[in-house]
Amino acid sequence: MLYAAIATRAFRRYATYRSATLAGIFTNSVFGVIYSFAYLALWAQDPDAGGYDAVDAVTFVWLTQGLLMTVAIWGGGTTDDLAERIRSGDVAIDLYRPVGLIRWYLAADLGRSAYHLLTRGLAPTLVGMLLFDLRLPDSPVAALVFAVSLPLAVTVSFAIRFLVACTAFWLLDATGPRVLSAALAMFFSGTTLPLVLFPGSLGTLANALPWSAIIQVPNDLWLGTHTGRDALAALGFQLLWIVVLLGCCSLVMRAATRKVVVQGG
Amino acid sequence: MTAYGDITWLWVRAAWVYPGSFVMLVVGSMLINGLDFVGLWIMFANIDHLGGFGLREVALLYGASGIGIGIADTLIGSVERIGTYVRTGRLDQMLTKPVPLLVQVCADQFTLRRLGRITQAAVVFAWAAPVVDWTLLRVLVAVVMMASATVIFFALFVGFSCIQFWTTDASEFANGFTYGGNTVTQYPLTVFPREVLVSLTFVLPIAFVNWYPCLYLLGRDDPFGMPAWLQFCSPVAAVVSMALALLAWRTGVRHYTSTGS
Repeated sequence: MLYAAIATRAFRRYATYRSATLAGIFTNSVFGVIYSFAYLALWAQDPDAGGYDAVDAVTFVWLTQGLLMTVAIWGGGTTDDLAERIRSGDVAIDLYRPVGLIRWYLAADLGRSAYHLLTRGLAPTLVGMLLFDLRLPDSPVAALVFAVSLPLAVTVSFAIRFLVACTAFWLLDATGPRVLSAALAMFFSGTTLPLVLFPGSLGTLANALPWSAIIQVPNDLWLGTHTGRDALAALGFQLLWIVVLLGCCSLVMRAATRKVVVQGG
Repeated sequence: MTAYGDITWLWVRAAWVYPGSFVMLVVGSMLINGLDFVGLWIMFANIDHLGGFGLREVALLYGASGIGIGIADTLIGSVERIGTYVRTGRLDQMLTKPVPLLVQVCADQFTLRRLGRITQAAVVFAWAAPVVDWTLLRVLVAVVMMASATVIFFALFVGFSCIQFWTTDASEFANGFTYGGNTVTQYPLTVFPREVLVSLTFVLPIAFVNWYPCLYLLGRDDPFGMPAWLQFCSPVAAVVSMALALLAWRTGVRHYTSTGS
């Protein structure tokens, strides 16, 4: 219940900025239109590039625009607060709360992502549907599997961002690692280009890395690229990375709390 | 201008207080754009032409636009965050100082991390350069194109940031025009419907960033049948957009009443 309370507060905190939300929806839609036309030109040349047809490709564009903020692909979200609190020394307060620090921030980030899904996720998708021909999930089951994959995607992204924020314990300022991590996340999640277009071993590598669990996997579940047992395997892939990455998070936290002297004391 | 130089130098030295983070910032910015271009490259692993343009021709467009927005983004400093200054009352402090407000805001939080982007775009442009049959006039058009692109993006950044004088937390609205403008110009405009090209010529002069001058560099006829003299109009578009942006800035500052906090 505590975690639900944290998540609700985070949801409401982000809900305060209404004009920021509207501005963001506008921007997502602009990029959606640009990429849609670029992909339509590509798929006009090669109608089944990467196993997608043109409708799949345009759907992919709008789903991605809807997910960018939900999964906080550029960073942001509660992990940015953490990095700032490490820099200022306020993290000391977080550490003596009777709640696990990782769970605290994860709950808040899930609350944030729920708000971003309902606004910056839903609205651009609707705009895309008005402007272009988009594919909907084939069956209620496919829609359900997609829905399940979303919190998993957010958690994978959270764990990576948490590790990045923790570099502030050693570097004091986590802006550099954050930009670096965002660069990799954009490319390997499928945001720059769907991973299905990546050739050969680059494609194999990209699909195995955790970033693919953030955008490519949910999108493929929506498009019905994975069905039946494949769909379960896709969820399992997300879960596997969650276990590995959250494990790393707690190891890093243990090292950080033992080694690092909190500033400002 | 000396004030601009002094303040920016201050920020450059400040960035070096955390050298590890600064280096990662530059490399990260280079990587973001580098991987962005790799994305374009992978598109061309699947096709030979995009909207009738080959990879090197698209790279020429990409490089020109990237250099323009990279330099503009470096020069504008904190303009994108003007809403925060309104909210925190920092703008009041700035208004009391004997340096023009726009200069102060542009110099504030100045960072060289965009060097990563400018370098990457310059490398792409240099790689694409052999596709052009260079003459003296074409070199001149290329140089003017870069300068105009910088001014147009600078004007877009400043102009659309002015919205924040009215709604302080809608900074992202501007991104659709600035970074959106950058993304549009990374593709040949032939991939878009004619209406898009017309708006990018007459409403927002984004087509003048690279599209029209590059058509001249490549010696191509305009695929949309627009008049050929438009290919030399980038400086005009730059001056007009800069004038409009400065007008918007003045109106914004006049409209500004302190939050009182």
